Amino acid sequence: MNVTPPLPKWADLILLPLINLFAAFFVCGLIVLAIGENPFTALNVMIKGAFFYPESLGYTLYYTTNFIFTGLAVATAFHALMFNIGGEGQAYIGGLGAAVVALLFGPNLPMLIVLPLCILSSAAFGALWALIPGYLQAKRGSHIVITTIMFNFLASSLMVWLLAGPLMQQGQQSPQTVLFADAAQLPQMREVLGYFGFELANSPWNLSFFIALIALVVFYILIWKTRLGYEIRAVGKNQEAARYAGINVAKIIIIAMAISGAFAGLMATNEVLGVHNRVILNFTAGYGFTGIAVALMGRNHPIGIFLASLLFGALYQGGAELDFEFTSITREMVVLIQGMIILFSGALAYMFNPSLARLIARISAPKEATDG
Amino acid sequence: MADFMLQLLLTFDATLRLATPLILCAMAGIFSERSGIVDISLEGKLLSGAFVAAAVTALTGSPWIGLMAAICASVFMSLIHGFACITHRGDQVVSGLAINILASGLTIIIGIALFKKGGQTPALSSDERFRGIEWFGVNLMDNIPIIGTIYRQLISGHSLLVYMALLAVPLCAFILYRTRYGLRLRAVGEKPESVDSAGVSVAWLRYRALIIGGIFCGIAGAYLSISHGANFVREMSAGKGYIALAAVIFGNWRPIKAFYACLLFGFLDAATSRLQGVDIPLIGEIPIQLMLAIPYIVTVLLLAGFIGRPTPPAAIGVPYEK
Repeated sequence: MNVTPPLPKWADLILLPLINLFAAFFVCGLIVLAIGENPFTALNVMIKGAFFYPESLGYTLYYTTNFIFTGLAVATAFHALMFNIGGEGQAYIGGLGAAVVALLFGPNLPMLIVLPLCILSSAAFGALWALIPGYLQAKRGSHIVITTIMFNFLASSLMVWLLAGPLMQQGQQSPQTVLFADAAQLPQMREVLGYFGFELANSPWNLSFFIALIALVVFYILIWKTRLGYEIRAVGKNQEAARYAGINVAKIIIIAMAISGAFAGLMATNEVLGVHNRVILNFTAGYGFTGIAVALMGRNHPIGIFLASLLFGALYQGGAELDFEFTSITREMVVLIQGMIILFSGALAYMFNPSLARLIARISAPKEATDG
Repeated sequence: MADFMLQLLLTFDATLRLATPLILCAMAGIFSERSGIVDISLEGKLLSGAFVAAAVTALTGSPWIGLMAAICASVFMSLIHGFACITHRGDQVVSGLAINILASGLTIIIGIALFKKGGQTPALSSDERFRGIEWFGVNLMDNIPIIGTIYRQLISGHSLLVYMALLAVPLCAFILYRTRYGLRLRAVGEKPESVDSAGVSVAWLRYRALIIGGIFCGIAGAYLSISHGANFVREMSAGKGYIALAAVIFGNWRPIKAFYACLLFGFLDAATSRLQGVDIPLIGEIPIQLMLAIPYIVTVLLLAGFIGRPTPPAAIGVPYEK
C-alpha cells in the first residue's frame, strides 16, 4: 500500500509549516557550523538584536511593515493562481507615485490632504505596474511569471533614468529626489506615541505600520467576504469551472493583479513617505522578493502573513546585529535563511507530508480501534 | 572610414565577449525548458558557478580545477531544482527563485568566511585565468587588408571559453534534433505521457536535461569570474541569467535562434557603453537605460504576441504525475 492517509487539518496548517521552517533553519545552522561558528550563538545574537535592545523592536516592526505589504501582494495574486514575482518593481513604481504627488502638492497643501493623496497614488502606480502584466496574461496569453520578472527590470531602468535625470535633486550627484515637504512626511511612531505619553527609543517605525494592519483586514474582507473575492478564488481554483459559472475570468485576473500591485505599491508609504522622505535608488532592497517567502509561509492568510512578516522583520533586524558580533557571518545570513524558507516552505512544501501523515495515522490508529 | 571600421569591429568583438555567458546560459535554459522544467534559476546557477570558479582558482592556482568546480557547483544547484520539482513535484518557479536567493546569500557568506574581503575573492594573476588565445598566423594575416584586421580582432584572441560557447550552439542543436535523447527530450516537454507509455523514465530524462544545463551555466559562471573578470564580486551575474532566459523565449526555445538573440542582446550591451553621451544626428542622445531595457521590452512584446507567435513547450511548468 502506497496510499498516504490524509493529513489532519491542524497538522496541515500548523505542524507541517513548523516542520518546514525548522528544516530551513536546520540547514542554515549546518552551514554556519561549516563556516566554523556556533549556530546557537548566532541565533542568540539575532533574537537579542531583534527584540531585546530598546530600539530593536521598533526596527523589527519597521521591517515587518514592508513584508506585510509585499506578502499581501503575492498572496492576492496567488488566490487567483497568478504568481506575481513583480512585487519589487511594483513597490519601486509605487515610490514614484508617492513622489509625484509629494513633489507637486507637498509644498502647497496641508498634510491631511497631501498624505492621503500620496498613499493613494503609490497604490495606484503599483496597481498600474501590475495591471499591464495582468492584462498581457489574461488577454494575450503571455506568462505572468516572465512578464513580471521583465517588469522588475523595466521598473529599475525607468527609475534609474528618472532619479539620475528629470527627478534628480539639483546640484547633487547622488541619484535621488529632493527631500519631501513636511506635509508629505508620515509621522513617526515615536512622535505619535510620545504625544500619548509613551517613551520610545529611536527607530524608523512609523504610521505606515497601521496602514499595513488595515491592509491585512481589507485583504481578509476582500478575499473571503466579498463577491469579487469569491470570484478571485473561483478563478484560482478552476478557471474552466469559473468560466462556466459565468465569471469573466480575464477581467478577474486583471483586477486581482491590479489589487496585488496596489498592495506592493503601498510599501512605498513605509520606505518613501515614512523613512527616507524622498525616493532613493533601490529603496525596495529585495523586500518585494521576501514577500514571496512571507506569502508562502503565511499560507496566503492574513494571520499567517502577519506572523511570517513579524518573523522576517525580526530576521532582518537580528541579521543586522550579526555584522557587529561576528567577523565571518554577516547579515547576508538572512538572505540564506530566506532562500531556505522559500525552498522548504514553497518548493518542498509537501516533502514531509507523506511521512508525517503516516506517523500521525499510526499514533492515532490504536485509539480508534479501542473506540470502535 | 578605416577608423569607423575598426570601431565597428571592436564593438562586434565586445559583443562576442558579452554574449558568451548569455549563449551558454541560453543553451542551459533550452535544455531544461524543452524538457518541461521552467528555469528561472539560470541566474543562481550562473552566480554560484562564477563564485566557485574564482574561489577554487584562488585556492588552488589552477583555472582548470576552478572550471571543474564551477561546473560541479552549478550542477549541484540543478540537482536541488530537480529534487524539488521533479522528485517532489514542487512549484518550478518557487524552486527556481529559492535557488537564485540561495546563490545570492551563499556566495557572499562563503566568500566572506573564506577570504574576509567583504564577499569578493582575491584578484587572480594572468596565469590563473583563461586568457585570449592568439590564433595561428595572426601576424601573417595582417598583411591582407580588412580580412587581416577581422581575423586579428574578431576571430582570434578570445579565451577558450568563448569558443566553447560558440561550439555549444551547434552541439545543442545536434543533440536536440539529431539524437534519440533529443527526440525524447522534446517529447517529454510536449507530452510526457507519450514518453512514459513508451517505457522511458520522465524523471530521469528531465534530471539529465537539468544536469546538462548545470554544466553550461557552470562554464558561463567560470567565464565571468576567471576569464572575462579576474575575481568574483557580489552579485556578479547582474541579471544575465534572466536576459539569457529572455533570449530563450526570443529564440522560440530553439538553439540557433536563441544564439542570434544572445548576439543581439550582447550587441546592445556593447553598443550602450560606446554610445554613452554620444549625440547621434537627428535622434540626439539615447538614454543608456533605454538601451539596456531593450531585451526586456522585446521579450514582453514577443510574449504578448505583438511580434511573432511564441510556441513554448506544451507541458512546461506542469509536474508529471503517473
